[in-house]
Amino acid sequence: MKNQLVSLTEHSTAKPSKNDRSLLGVLVNKEIASFIRSWRFIVMALLIILTFMASMYVSMSNIKGLSVATNDPASNFIYLKLLTATDQSIPPFHVFLNFLAPLLGIGLGFDAINTEKNTGTLTRLLAQPIYRDNLLIGKFLAPLLLVGVFFAALTLLMIGAGIWLTGVAMEPQELFRLIGFIGISILYVGFWLSLSILLSVLFTQPSTAAITAFGIWLFFTIFFPILINLLVRSILPHPQSLSETQYIAYNELILSLHRISPGQLYSDATTTLLMPSVRSLGPISMEQTLGALPSNLRFSDSLMMVWPQITGLIAATALCFSLSYYLFMRKEIRS
Amino acid sequence: MNDPIIKLQGLEKRYGALTAVNDLHLEIQRGEIFGLLGPNGAGKTTTILMMLGLTEPSGGQAMVCGHDATRHPIPVKKKVGYLPDSVGFYTNMTALENLSFIAQLNGFTRREGHQKALDLLRIVGLIDVADKKVSTFSRGMKQRLGLADVLIKDPEVIILDEPTLGIDPRGVSEFLDLIKHLSVTQQLTVLLSSHHLQQVQRVCDRVGIFVKGQLLEVGAIDELASKLLKRDGNTTVVDLATPLPDLERVQEQITLLPDFIDCNLSPTRIEIKTGSEQTPQIVQLLVQQDAQIDGVRRKSYGLDEIYSTYFEEQNADKTKNNEKSTGFFNRTFHGKAIEK
Repeated sequence: MKNQLVSLTEHSTAKPSKNDRSLLGVLVNKEIASFIRSWRFIVMALLIILTFMASMYVSMSNIKGLSVATNDPASNFIYLKLLTATDQSIPPFHVFLNFLAPLLGIGLGFDAINTEKNTGTLTRLLAQPIYRDNLLIGKFLAPLLLVGVFFAALTLLMIGAGIWLTGVAMEPQELFRLIGFIGISILYVGFWLSLSILLSVLFTQPSTAAITAFGIWLFFTIFFPILINLLVRSILPHPQSLSETQYIAYNELILSLHRISPGQLYSDATTTLLMPSVRSLGPISMEQTLGALPSNLRFSDSLMMVWPQITGLIAATALCFSLSYYLFMRKEIRS
Repeated sequence: MNDPIIKLQGLEKRYGALTAVNDLHLEIQRGEIFGLLGPNGAGKTTTILMMLGLTEPSGGQAMVCGHDATRHPIPVKKKVGYLPDSVGFYTNMTALENLSFIAQLNGFTRREGHQKALDLLRIVGLIDVADKKVSTFSRGMKQRLGLADVLIKDPEVIILDEPTLGIDPRGVSEFLDLIKHLSVTQQLTVLLSSHHLQQVQRVCDRVGIFVKGQLLEVGAIDELASKLLKRDGNTTVVDLATPLPDLERVQEQITLLPDFIDCNLSPTRIEIKTGSEQTPQIVQLLVQQDAQIDGVRRKSYGLDEIYSTYFEEQNADKTKNNEKSTGFFNRTFHGKAIEK
């Protein structure tokens, strides 16, 4: 041991050569490395890959019938059809993702802060010359980056397979729409991720944070629509006693209530982006549909239509993140 | 370079009604090994956290390496290595990965960090298990890895919170030697918190006794001991080979000694407490009384005695207060604590 001790004086005492900005990169690197190796991510990735393959298989086998259906104006967008077409045996991929994305977000974030705290690594980490917010941002960015790469890889594989099987070239509009779809999906995962990070700051036990996060998710997917139905039935007048304009106004109100749920925002946004023929998310009167030609919307128009939804998702994400930021920055770190 | 490297001025921390640290003033010089000694819950960890800017003080200021730890924690953390009492590592990463990650957070590139991690693993004697996952490590190995982790940033000060907790005696001894050696070769300032007296006594230059949020005494261990001696007097213990023939007569003689305070006689052992140094006179007296002296000892104060004296004082104060104000239960409870 003595010999080893002496060597300390001889070891390299090179001064640190990096600047502070790349510290975030180091944190993100480490997070991603540990996620990729974790069973949690592998299981969830497998789940998503399996549902993706199942829905692709169904839509691939129906693709011939779809592309010749000339009454559908979107029939020449093969790659969008691949994501949305279904023979009713299983739901299309973007509906699946409405369920799986929260699972992914919660799964990657529910133990972000509290596990570090419980194992004593948080104290060690914060004793290093890094800013506290860097840690929190790293915890948020790393899973998002991972999910982004994962979704992009899935979509690109789909496009590749589609070109290889059908030989149909891709329209630029389709590519934009697919990119938009990936972006919104990442944003949706981001919302659940920031929510679960918030809960991981709030609760000491990771299991409490996970269960609470799943509780919120279940509430929004199952109970929230039921709740709104009950509310509507008890408060709003019977539809038969209403004039048409009143009826539409009430319908708009109900839809707005539904849109408090992030899942609803996501499904609105993805449906509009993936189906160019969708021209309204609310109720349309007969007069409005009568004159319209069945044609596709431009990408920019679709994007314009879901802009409120995207803004809502971004706002909810920012809210959760800033709340966890506020709570974490002044928290006493004790193991 | 006479500026103290750690300077705490009136540092305070309150949690609601509870005062964890109360008006703490402390200066630690460069190159010193300082022992912060106190029972569990005395506020040692809270003090350390405030020195690193991990907790906001309710009052006062902590200056570490010339920076205010509360307002500018980053420059402080660049120069201070901290080993928490329950050090945690990423168990799914290897020892080498853990260390080089921390090195990178301190601004080293990946390659520099890797090299530094290897160097330090060699120093703490873990080079053979560098590529093993930390989940397979024993407590002692983790503690040594923790030390490597603290040293990887080339610190000026290292703060070790209960570093010897849960290591076997041999491991403790090696660990303390390592700390002492590092302090000398690297001119490191070491702040060591512990409730283990002997360990602190072995390595520390100066000791601060910290009880219930207050720093009661600061000084070298000899200083503290002589302070106590002045107050409590000298105790001379004489062991006898055969029982004294005339115990009462001896006792009479002893009470006539100058500065006599107290004595305790049994047939083969005599303990005499006097206000000044009286050992030669006592021996002379006993020889005149035909005592067969086996050995004479002067009781000296180790950290154990220092510690228990201060600690008991605290309890005694509390008992007194309680007897004034509160009821039966508290009295008996604290009474028992003192008997121990």
